[in-house]
Amino acid sequence: MHFTPEEIVETLTMITRHHLDVRTITLGLSLAGCADSDIDLMARRVYERITFAAAELMPLAQQLEREYGIPIINKRIAVTPVAQLAAATQATDLMPLAQALDRAAAAVGIDFIGGFSALVHKGICDADARLIASIPQALATTERVCASVNVATTRAGINMDAVLAMAQTVLDTAQATADRDSVGCAKLVVFANMVEDNPFMAGAVHGSGEPDVVVNVGISGPGVVRAVVESLPLDADLTTVAEAIKATAFKITRLGELVAREAADRMGVARGIVDLSLAPTPVEGDSVAEIIEAMGVGRCGGPGTTAALALLNDAVKKGGAMATSSAGGLSGAFIPVSEDAGMIRAAESGALSIEKLEAMTSVCSVGLDMIAIPGDTPVETIASIIADEAAIGVINAKTTAVRLLPAIGKKVGERLSFGGLLGEAPVMPVNAWAGSVFARRGGRFPAPLGGLRN
Amino acid sequence: MRTPAVLTVLGEDRVGIVATVSRALAEANTNIEDIRQTILGRIFTMTMLVTVDEERVPFDELQRRLADVGKDLGMQITLQREDVFRFMHRI
Repeated sequence: MHFTPEEIVETLTMITRHHLDVRTITLGLSLAGCADSDIDLMARRVYERITFAAAELMPLAQQLEREYGIPIINKRIAVTPVAQLAAATQATDLMPLAQALDRAAAAVGIDFIGGFSALVHKGICDADARLIASIPQALATTERVCASVNVATTRAGINMDAVLAMAQTVLDTAQATADRDSVGCAKLVVFANMVEDNPFMAGAVHGSGEPDVVVNVGISGPGVVRAVVESLPLDADLTTVAEAIKATAFKITRLGELVAREAADRMGVARGIVDLSLAPTPVEGDSVAEIIEAMGVGRCGGPGTTAALALLNDAVKKGGAMATSSAGGLSGAFIPVSEDAGMIRAAESGALSIEKLEAMTSVCSVGLDMIAIPGDTPVETIASIIADEAAIGVINAKTTAVRLLPAIGKKVGERLSFGGLLGEAPVMPVNAWAGSVFARRGGRFPAPLGGLRN
Repeated sequence: MRTPAVLTVLGEDRVGIVATVSRALAEANTNIEDIRQTILGRIFTMTMLVTVDEERVPFDELQRRLADVGKDLGMQITLQREDVFRFMHRI
C-alpha cells in the first residue's frame, strides 16, 4: 500500500472533525472584450460572457468534491475591474453593469462575484468616479456583487482624496442597506496594494495582467491547524509549534494545489494561483483566534497576540510555499471579526480592540476586516482608519484592506447579524480622537522610499 | 478509464465486512490492489487501494453503491481518488 492507515485516517479526520476544506474555487474572467459605448449592449455582453465561460464551474466543483471527498465551500467569479469597462461609455448610471453581474452570478449558481471595482491609487479617472458613485446603490440593489477600490500602493503612495471618498462611500452603503444590518458594507473593500489574482471575496478582481480565463484556489483549514496546535504539550517550545503548523500547512495546501490543477485542466483554462490564506468561518473551532489561544495567549487580542499571529502566518507560508509553486493572491491568515467565533468572543469580552486588530494586520493578511463600528462614526474618523491601514500596507509593501461595517442606529455592545459565512459582528468602540483636519487635507501621501526599488 | 482510489471503512468490527465490501467491488470490476485492517483509537479501520473501472461503473455510481453497503453494515465507507493522499502525504 502506498499509504499507511494512519495517514488515510488523518486526512479523513481533518475533513470530518476539523473542517478541512477548499475554501474557494474562483474563476477569474476578463471582460475586456465586452466594452461598448452603449451600456445596455455592454451589460448584455457581460451577462453572456460570464454565463458562457462559467457554465461548468458549479457542476465541475461539485464533481471534484465527490471524487476527492473534500468539501469545496465557495465557487466564485472575479472579473475585470468594472471601471475599466465603464471608461468605454459616457453613461453615469452604471447599474446595468452591476445588475448584469448579479444576474449572471445567479444564473451560474454562485453566491458572490467580485470586480465592481476601480484602481485609483494615483488618481481618479472619470469612469472611476462614476463607479465609486454607483457603489452604494449597486450593493443595495444586488445580492451577489462585490465592490473594491484600491486607494494606495507602495509605488504610488496613498490617494487621500480617494480615501475620503471611500469613507463616505462606506457610510452611504451602510445607510443604503441599513434595513439589512449594513450588509452592503460586507461586500465593499478598500485596498492598499490590491492584488490581481485574489480568489477571496469581497476583494477579488481579475487584473489586467491575467489571462482571459483562469482558475484560482483559496485554501482553508484554521480548524486543522488549531487541532494540531492543541495536541501539542503545553511546554512544547515555539520552534516545535512552528514546525507543526508548517507541516500541517503543507498538507492543506497540497489539497488546494490538487484541486486547482484538476479544476483548471478539466475546464481547459489556465491554472492560476493557490492562495495560502487561513480563512476562518463562524463555525465553532474553525477559528484563527482559537489557534492563537491554542498557542497559549490567554484571549485573542491580549499581549502576545501579534507575535503568535506572526509565527502562525510565517509557518503557514513556509509550509504552503513548499506545497505549491503557484502561491499567490493574499496568502496570509485572515482575521475577519464577524466570521470567526473566537474573534467575536474576544471582541465582546473587551480583549480585542480595533487598535490591536490594526497591529495584527501588520503581520498577517489582510486588514481591518468585517468590523462593526457605531453608525454615527464621523466620516473623517473612517477615512483616518482607512489611511492608517493603508499606511501599514504602503510602508511594508504588503496588501492591507479595510472592510468596516457602520451599524446604523446601533451602539457599542449591539450586533450586526448576517448569518452564513459572513457571521455576526459585535459593534466595537472606535477611538474618538481622529479630529476632522487630517482626513480632509486630501492630496497624495507620497510614495515611501521603500517604493523606489529600481 | 481506470482510476486508482482509496477506500476506507470505519466503524465497529463485525463478521462479513471484507466479504461484503469485496463483493460490491467485484460486481463493479474494481480490483483490490492492497488491503489493510487495523484498530485505530478503538475503531476498526480497513483501508484498501483499489482500481476503479470507470468504463464499467462510473466513480459516482460506485460511491453510491458503497454508501448503501455502508448503511447496511452500519459503517462509514469512503471512496476517494488516490491523488488526495499522494498529494497530502508524499513530497
